[in-house]
Amino acid sequence: MSDLLNHWALALGGMVVLAACFGLLIVWVAKTFKVEGNPIVEQINAILPQTQCGQCNYPGCKPYAQAIADGEAMINQCPPGGQEGIKKLAELLDIEALELNPDNGAEESDQVVEIIEADCIGCTKCIQVCPVDAIVGAAKQMHTVILDECTGCDLCIPACPVDCIITIPAPLPEQIKRKSKPPLMSSIKEAQNLPGSVS
Amino acid sequence: MTNIFIIFISAAFVNNFVLVRFLGLCPFMGVSTQYKSALGMSIATAFVLTMSSVASYLVNKYLLQPLELEYLKTLSFILVIAVTVQITEMVLHKSSPLLYQVLGLFLPLITTNCAVLGVALLNVQQQNSLLESAFFGFGAAFGFGLVLVLFSAVRERLEMANIPASFQGLPIALITAGIMSLAFMGFSGITQ
Repeated sequence: MSDLLNHWALALGGMVVLAACFGLLIVWVAKTFKVEGNPIVEQINAILPQTQCGQCNYPGCKPYAQAIADGEAMINQCPPGGQEGIKKLAELLDIEALELNPDNGAEESDQVVEIIEADCIGCTKCIQVCPVDAIVGAAKQMHTVILDECTGCDLCIPACPVDCIITIPAPLPEQIKRKSKPPLMSSIKEAQNLPGSVS
Repeated sequence: MTNIFIIFISAAFVNNFVLVRFLGLCPFMGVSTQYKSALGMSIATAFVLTMSSVASYLVNKYLLQPLELEYLKTLSFILVIAVTVQITEMVLHKSSPLLYQVLGLFLPLITTNCAVLGVALLNVQQQNSLLESAFFGFGAAFGFGLVLVLFSAVRERLEMANIPASFQGLPIALITAGIMSLAFMGFSGITQ
């Protein structure tokens, strides 16, 4: 009986020791081969306005930041960031500030979009192009814009088949009434699951 | 020396792990759609296989055998393999981020590649020495990598080929794998 117990203790102990040794080895390797992200990319990304509008010809702000860090892109390709953003980037990277590249679009004052709800046909096309999920609505139901999520990237305007989206000046933060509950999750899910939704 | 050479050839060609022993079929099917990722996967698997066969030999020889715990070899070899894969992943993440991205999910999946555990267990069964174990592992990895790369090159061409609708995709890939397996039957009998 005690032989069996001894053997079990040995087996258990052996496995625990083996696992502990491997654990220590992994900790050592993890410390030695720690991957640090390129900090400059994060800093550039922090300056960019996070509209994810794609006007810089990159899929979003982070890829554009990466491209700037790699020297592939100029710092003057971000219209939403405007001249102020270019200045900040130039300071960060210690290079000369440039004029905004007109090929990427013109700088506009702070703006958001609004849906003329009476005209909306509920096609969900604007929901699909919105990079920040600021539009709520379901198929064949009226849509609306969550103003404090909208970045004013205007990507939804060409997508709207009935031209019911207009730009308006951005309201001041205190003018936005935050609802006590976060945006209607149930209705968003409904819109994505409805078989009749237009794609 | 001849012995080691024979072990290598036997593991790589005659008893090829994928086409003759039918081990490690999931990465063989999963990562063979692109030549580049197949090459990366082969290299990563070769590294893991060689390292894990050496490590599991050491664990078996200096921990399990003295303590008479040989019946725990499957458990401890799985542990060894998981650790080797984890280390490979971390080293690869640091040294080659591009390859790390290409391999993605398939890198941790080497852990569950049955060829890796198969090599470790066969090493014990055949009572290989340390050097023999290493070369058995490396030979197995070489054979695995070779057929993976060959197969991915075939599959890249299959993408372009005019294939009857019912055979498109995986069916034609499986048939191709079968024909490759037939071809590898030609090696049988060269060594044990």
